[in-house]
Amino acid sequence: MSPVATVTTQPGQRKAPKTGRFNNSVVKKTVMAVSGIIMILYLIAHMIGNLKAFQGAEKFNSYSGWIRTIGEPALPAQTTLWIIRLVLLAAVVLHFWAAISLWRQARRARPVPYATKKRVQQSFASRTVRWGGLILALFIIWHILDLTLGAVNPEGHDSTPYERLVASFSNIPVTAFYVVSMLLLGLHLRHGIFAATQTLGQTNKKRERAVNGLAYVIATVLTVGFLLVPLSVAFGLID
Amino acid sequence: MTSTETRTMSLTLRIWRQRDATKKGKMVTYHVTDVSPDMSFLEMLDVLNEKLILDGDDPVAFDHDCREGICGSCGLMINGIAHGPEQATVCQLHMRSFSDGDVLDIEPWRSGGFPVVKDLAVDRSAFDRIISAGGFISVPTGTAPDAHAVPVPKKDSDAAFDAATCIGCGACVAACPNGSAMLFTAAKVAHLGLLPQGQPERDARVLKMVGQQDAEDFGGCSNIGECSAVCPKGISMETISRLNHDLLGALRAGAVPTS
Repeated sequence: MSPVATVTTQPGQRKAPKTGRFNNSVVKKTVMAVSGIIMILYLIAHMIGNLKAFQGAEKFNSYSGWIRTIGEPALPAQTTLWIIRLVLLAAVVLHFWAAISLWRQARRARPVPYATKKRVQQSFASRTVRWGGLILALFIIWHILDLTLGAVNPEGHDSTPYERLVASFSNIPVTAFYVVSMLLLGLHLRHGIFAATQTLGQTNKKRERAVNGLAYVIATVLTVGFLLVPLSVAFGLID
Repeated sequence: MTSTETRTMSLTLRIWRQRDATKKGKMVTYHVTDVSPDMSFLEMLDVLNEKLILDGDDPVAFDHDCREGICGSCGLMINGIAHGPEQATVCQLHMRSFSDGDVLDIEPWRSGGFPVVKDLAVDRSAFDRIISAGGFISVPTGTAPDAHAVPVPKKDSDAAFDAATCIGCGACVAACPNGSAMLFTAAKVAHLGLLPQGQPERDARVLKMVGQQDAEDFGGCSNIGECSAVCPKGISMETISRLNHDLLGALRAGAVPTS
């Protein structure tokens, strides 16, 4: 008898397609892209504000004060600040929701791992985007406790923003954590900017180089811009 | 005879063996000798199977049909790369791409949407269900229309043909770190969406096909690009951008996801 066995299988069960708007993976990606773009716009403004540290304590503190008075006297104090904060909070929450939801979908999609799996073309930035994002989320929490609320800052919350800045980055481990986080931010943006453009359906073969170039430029400018101030404090250029 | 014709290779193969979908599988080691560099990878597996049959063992099950790179039946993970080291289907991969003494890990496509049938053969009917969700156009049958009755811009017809070269082998899913079938789905959406005949169902098509791909235990795309790098037909990431563009356009136009 021939040992050749024939295997007959039942065709797979037809699964009902997902019809909800927000369990559509492309919609989730769009939420991720749009919330990411909002955060990038904020980061650009944040970086410009940070660089005022090079103009001295008075300019830096008065810039910080100005953010709290934008729109006065037409608007009550801190209105604009709170609008920015709420928009950012919404962006972070939505970004996080989309990321976790897509992460879980990806885990379901490969229940049995490969014994051997090679990378053919993926970038380091694309590979680290999820764990990097989680570390960035922890960084943001610490960063607010440190420099906004002063809760974990040696100067406490009854201090000027400039005093908190100098106190925080005079501490080498704190500066090191900040530097690592900003490098992760750079990687996150390098992949994220390309991915957002692709998700919003704006890339094609002709634009690919330009989009990747833009991702590199924005990621580098923001990373370097955010590193200048803490490194200057750590090396005693700002005190 | 020249030296290249006489040189043969001996290989160590570590192959995923699994009796059926319900049993646990494991990697099993085999040795094949007298492998000609001119054999295709599938012919090398045929040699192994003949030996297994003569030894009274169960031959390794793998999918194959045309063996000329157009049907999309064959597909194996070879040393961690979908379809192996060349950007072609496994049947078009020749043993000259390997060296004497190589150890090759051979695994089935790993995907929640592609359950293993036996050994290296997986059930890809999830792809058929994505197609039947919307990968078609409605036309009256009967007399064939004149070939050029509907003009198509050259640029669009080229892009549609590029997308239409997708053979549905599933390498994109196998290679994707997210196990996403978005390159496959996008190739079908782009292929029909670029042509005038595909316009009436364009909005509904993209919503239904993406809804089905999400329901079939495939992941979401995170724009990494592994899919395109292993696609034997070189379908580009641009098609996924096109799918995203179409889906957002459909939602903006007020189309609602339905089944």
